[in-house]
Amino acid sequence: MSDHDKIYSSKLQDKIERNTLLMFIFTAIAVAIGGIVEIVPLFYLPNTAMAGGDGTYNNTSHKDLQGNAISMDKIVWNPATSRHKTLVAWQPGDGVRPYKPLELAGRSIFIREGCFLCHSQMIRPFRDEKDRYGHYSIAEESMYDHTYQWGSKRTGPDLARVGGKYSDEWHRRHLMYPRDVVPESVMPNYFFLDKAMVDGDNTVTTMEVMTRMPFNPVPRNIYTDAYIAGAKAEVQGKTEMDAVIAFLQSLGNHVKFEEGVNYRD
Amino acid sequence: MEATQATPVKYDMDVVRWFTIMACVYAVVGTLIGVYIALELAFPFLNFDIPQITFGRLRPLHTNAVIFAFGGCVLMATGFYIVQRTGQTRLWSNGLAWFTFWGWNLIIVLAVITLPLGLTTGKEYAELIWPIDILIAIVWVAFGLNHIMTTAIRKTSHIYVSNWFTMGMIVMITYLHVVNSMALPVSLTESFSIFSGVQDAMVQWWWGHNAVGFYLTGGFLGIMYYFIPKQSGRPIFSYRLSVLHFWTLTFGYVWLGAHHLQYTALPDWTGSLGAAVSLAMIIPSWGGAMNGMMTLSGAWDKLREDYILRFLVTAMAFYAMSTFDGPVMAIKTVNALSHYTDWTVGHVHAGALGWMAMISFGAIYHMVKKLWNTEMYSDQLVNVHFWVALIGAVTYIVAMWVSGIMQGLMWRDYDEYGTLTYTFVESVSAMHPYYVMRAVGGAIFNLGTWIMLFNVVMTVRQAGAERGVKAVPAKA
Repeated sequence: MSDHDKIYSSKLQDKIERNTLLMFIFTAIAVAIGGIVEIVPLFYLPNTAMAGGDGTYNNTSHKDLQGNAISMDKIVWNPATSRHKTLVAWQPGDGVRPYKPLELAGRSIFIREGCFLCHSQMIRPFRDEKDRYGHYSIAEESMYDHTYQWGSKRTGPDLARVGGKYSDEWHRRHLMYPRDVVPESVMPNYFFLDKAMVDGDNTVTTMEVMTRMPFNPVPRNIYTDAYIAGAKAEVQGKTEMDAVIAFLQSLGNHVKFEEGVNYRD
Repeated sequence: MEATQATPVKYDMDVVRWFTIMACVYAVVGTLIGVYIALELAFPFLNFDIPQITFGRLRPLHTNAVIFAFGGCVLMATGFYIVQRTGQTRLWSNGLAWFTFWGWNLIIVLAVITLPLGLTTGKEYAELIWPIDILIAIVWVAFGLNHIMTTAIRKTSHIYVSNWFTMGMIVMITYLHVVNSMALPVSLTESFSIFSGVQDAMVQWWWGHNAVGFYLTGGFLGIMYYFIPKQSGRPIFSYRLSVLHFWTLTFGYVWLGAHHLQYTALPDWTGSLGAAVSLAMIIPSWGGAMNGMMTLSGAWDKLREDYILRFLVTAMAFYAMSTFDGPVMAIKTVNALSHYTDWTVGHVHAGALGWMAMISFGAIYHMVKKLWNTEMYSDQLVNVHFWVALIGAVTYIVAMWVSGIMQGLMWRDYDEYGTLTYTFVESVSAMHPYYVMRAVGGAIFNLGTWIMLFNVVMTVRQAGAERGVKAVPAKA
């Protein structure tokens, strides 16, 4: 028996090692399993598989103190059941809503500049994060965020609930020259945003794309044809700075969080 | 490992030579950009009010340059080198290999153009825009097909262990890249992920951690399993351990991505599952590290004179260290402190500088000598590079560990009145010395890559001078 015929491991392992196709198949199966187990359930489990604000909800498993399930309408804005029927009429606390045109344009600029590399948008359920940033984030709050922006690093502070914390003017000064407002800041100056105009056509296309998403699209009863058609006029004459500020001011005040409710099961 | 044959096999090594040289070039470029953005965080005026060089735009260029340009060229050079030599055969298609070379370098050029212009998908470690993503898929599959088909036409009976790891990488990266890059375009340069929020986060970190697990670990373990035995002249310590290492790593690594999302809006069970498997992964990782290290048992004296071996063995030490650091950070209580801080950056660079770069440098020096059939221009410079790289890496890692833990502790600190002790910006200014130290460490490491580039170029020139312009095919 030559050295090459001797089996040093198991028969199966030896067979695999001699056959490229077998090796390929076994490897392809072995690497697929973990991802399937961890990702697929997120598309049907309560609290992660949000279906959007058009009334076709999945159930939530958020429970109040008495153990009653919280209705999805209290978490995600549904124009059919809400007192406020349009995006323009929407008020903070009505529930998670899609972005308005200028905010959406601002979000694209936020992504373009790589802001998420230093600013997270995901508050964890710890005492210090509650004191510093506010109520912990829940999955529904980023359900319309195609290309999520949770981030992984806080070189700067979390932005998940920055909306309404500072005035527009503060944001403008801070974005232009951060060290004028916060001397210790290491953020680059973004004054060039004030000189560039928002591209209205791009905003309209972005809105249309958001309604065509295979998972969690923006419902057409919120982004109606008329609303999308009016978007170009709405961002007309606005600078990129205006857009980013509008985006920042829209963050974090959508859901009215109640005491004693467990929003994470 | 390699059957002795009567007639020497002719290999397709020209493409390997070029991948090797480009790897040396990208090592310099990638770490140089890293040093610059590190300095930007220490001294923000260095953004110079030029949008194209702000931290937010250059940081993806740094990660893409080191991971995909440097790492990719190393993996493709060593992949084609190992698969031919262990299989005693030429490449399945030399033409396809050259297509891979030009395609991969075209992608890198496109990345250098698009990222500073702010053209990005906004997905960490997968920032390149959708047309480039399609190009990546094509070139990657061309590489994978060629590698696997070369394995298939080998003249040896068994597939060598390095090629298992490379095959695992090829398959997994194809899955990951295709799924994670799925997006609807708004324009030629802009697109949004078809997934949103929590699902997008999980898909992203399934990609993010397995790019680490299969590309930056699996692929480089293939390098380890070939070059450590070759350079030390000893067989792998344990064949059975390498079987265990491969299958547990291949099956297990896939589960780890969820540990990046602990305490986020991702359901608890997913993060905990990721953490549990992360802890279990210490066993195969350390098994593999021991396998590499113990290959030297009885030959440790070689480290005294063999500078290339020093790179390879030090890389195993860093591999063991960062595969311990990682599972510790995956433990929920530790993660609560370490997440969002520089500790993560330190951990990544312990792996990137200490493990992947070191094993790559060792492999590059080994290959250069064989590929050009000559000795190094200067062995002393290899030694200098080793010490420079080691000092730079350790300086960098220590700076980030200290700053990361300090950040985490400052953020959660309460004073006697029950209010937060520090404002956020106090934590930012407290980081300044460590950010300077990090930049210094990075600069030292970068210096080493210049030394390597110089040494390799001089070696190639010397080989050319020795035997005319055309280099002789390497000996089997």
